Amino acid sequence: MQVESFQYDNKTVRNFAIATIIWGIVGMTVGLWIALQLVFPTVLNLQPYFNFGRIRPLHTNAVIFAFVGNAMFMGIYYSLQRLLKARMFSDVLSKIHFWGWQLIIVAAAITLPLGFSTAKEYAELEWPIDIAITLIWVVFGFNMFATIIKRRERHLYVAVWFYIATFVTVAVLHLVNSFELPVTLFKSYSWYAGVQDALVQWWYGHNAVAFFLTTPFLGLMYYFLPKAANRPVFSYKLSIIHFWALIFLYIWAGPHHLLYTALPNWAQSLGIVFSFMLIFPSWGGMINGLLTLRGAWDKVREDVILKFMVVAVTAYGMSTFEGPMLSLKSINAVAHFSDWIIAHVHIGGLGWNGMLTFGILYWLIPRIYKTELYSKKLANIHFWLATLGILFYAIPMYWAGFQQVAMWKQFTPSGQLKYQFLETVTYMAPFYAMRALGGTLYLTGAIIGMVNYFKTIGKGTLHANEDAEAPALEKAYTQHTGEHWHRWIERRPTPFLLLSLIVILIGGLVELVPTFLVKSNIPTISSVKPYTPLELQGRDIYTREGCYTCHSQMIRPFRSETERYGEYSKAGEFVYDHPFQWGSKRTGPDLAREGSGNLKKSNTWHYNHFEEPNSISTGSVMPSYSFLIDHNLDTATTRLKINAMRTLGVPYAADYANKANQDLMAQAKGIADDLNKNGIKVPANKEIIALIAYIQRLGTDISKK
Amino acid sequence: MYSFIKKYTETMQDQNIYPLFSLLVFLVFFVAVLWYVKVLDKKEVEEIKNLPLEQ
Repeated sequence: MQVESFQYDNKTVRNFAIATIIWGIVGMTVGLWIALQLVFPTVLNLQPYFNFGRIRPLHTNAVIFAFVGNAMFMGIYYSLQRLLKARMFSDVLSKIHFWGWQLIIVAAAITLPLGFSTAKEYAELEWPIDIAITLIWVVFGFNMFATIIKRRERHLYVAVWFYIATFVTVAVLHLVNSFELPVTLFKSYSWYAGVQDALVQWWYGHNAVAFFLTTPFLGLMYYFLPKAANRPVFSYKLSIIHFWALIFLYIWAGPHHLLYTALPNWAQSLGIVFSFMLIFPSWGGMINGLLTLRGAWDKVREDVILKFMVVAVTAYGMSTFEGPMLSLKSINAVAHFSDWIIAHVHIGGLGWNGMLTFGILYWLIPRIYKTELYSKKLANIHFWLATLGILFYAIPMYWAGFQQVAMWKQFTPSGQLKYQFLETVTYMAPFYAMRALGGTLYLTGAIIGMVNYFKTIGKGTLHANEDAEAPALEKAYTQHTGEHWHRWIERRPTPFLLLSLIVILIGGLVELVPTFLVKSNIPTISSVKPYTPLELQGRDIYTREGCYTCHSQMIRPFRSETERYGEYSKAGEFVYDHPFQWGSKRTGPDLAREGSGNLKKSNTWHYNHFEEPNSISTGSVMPSYSFLIDHNLDTATTRLKINAMRTLGVPYAADYANKANQDLMAQAKGIADDLNKNGIKVPANKEIIALIAYIQRLGTDISKK
Repeated sequence: MYSFIKKYTETMQDQNIYPLFSLLVFLVFFVAVLWYVKVLDKKEVEEIKNLPLEQ
């Protein structure tokens, strides 16, 4: 057989590595900043651009798509070429992929602080950026797939399966969840509303964790852990079961984010069953990773790369044990909306993704620069700071979460809620401070790591094109006797891709289709009416400011919630909510019925509270929104917005768009006059008026006669 | 065709069939994967397993 000479492209790998390091530091710094905002709310919230609600999405998007995303591409570009014994299909496509992805990140970093947001978690980027993501993702997929086609190795190692599943599923998730109707250049409405939007969002949200943060990294684990330990994976057969069971089960798990909500019960049950079963493939994978080191544990003591990887795999095991447990209704009833979940996701983020990324960087950079690591001592310091950082982060957050929930749910012997919500917020202060310390340790480690990486780069020279040799792939494959059909599919990437697609679509379709089609899922409530134009504008300010990052709009049917917030939320109340705003965290109280019942407050209260929350609620960690008093409401968009809502099926009258602004001004004047009567002079055309109108509307529909 | 599906699903009564159906599909799929793994050729598995370690 003829041996062919070719070269691996290390330059793209290097580019993604540097992007990983830099965006990692940026994403973590923003994370530390928002952590400190909860400790020093009045000092560190720089309104409007750097208020918590706007930069928390910046943190999540930066660490997920910039840090982990670049790390994933770095690892894939390195391992794919070597596993397939082929250079990437096209250098031009690699370059477009790299620079396109960085531009998307820059666009996100600019638009999120500016308040351009779809207000759907981890999918906040507006529609032009969504289109760019789609295009760049296709470039990546095409480049990867074309490389697979022209490979010199017949077998596709399991890591490559994980990469293919990642590509296919993220494409499906992104397309379905980003279905939105553009209103202006940087404003769109989700195509779905209320319950349906919630289901699609968390089907996406959970699978972003699954197929962006997990499957590609499992592929990297199956390549880099054996490399670093210099021994093959413990059980290849287990890795096959791990792969298929994981991608099959994961796609169903989304509804566990919506337990006890207005989502139909059968969908919740579906989510619970599959989330629970996920523990088996996840732990299969973790055990496979750890057992790869059997007989090599002495190496772990000395080799800092293995140390990073062991902590990463252990953190994967911890969070994938916790995930299924949190999906059980009884545990979820306690943990949901609390800081417990923040601890849980950071075990995954800092532990699994972060530590594996750092380990791979320490392994990879010296190799592509043909040099030794600059300092093993610094790498060890990085390791210990990161490990301690995770502990200092997670333990206070777990503790805080338990306490927070205990306080939310506690009643006095006479049957009254024992604590005001604000008391639970002030109680959190020391825990938030400790968490920030944990984050500081982790970030310090990462900065030391960055110095070490760049010093290593400085003393080596990049082997941009690494020479390699491999025999060409025989065109005509001779089948072994007694070979099964599955060997056929394993050798052929296109049917393999289709099979993975079918596997993930089964779950997606069974879950989504009935919720969209079966009418009994969302019983109609006749008193629920579309928002007035002013309320709609106010709602768009609510989504722009990222209020959902701290406030839920979903009262679960527990006594502790109905006593505090009023009647539990019904599916039919959200039918005009494009997008839904149920939220996932209660740093502040639920707002679903903020405008009704005992919770209703005067316009004056809201005005003063938005201007300076701390002056009304001492100890509040909410940022000031005084800029809303100065900003004029953009009424030029009202017509477009009403028309867009009509397109989405909201029943405004046919010619209403043209007269909407008259109604808007009349309602605004009413609120301004009321404020004026109470000594607050504010023109009716200010943004704060619209936001007050929206807040006053919340939860009022079902009590209307 | 679509209107038939739409009419059927809109009026469908027993949605509990969905979790059951899903569980069944997974079971069949899982058994198939187990069988697949069982009949894999050992020599070939060894070969694939060592792919990352090749230089």
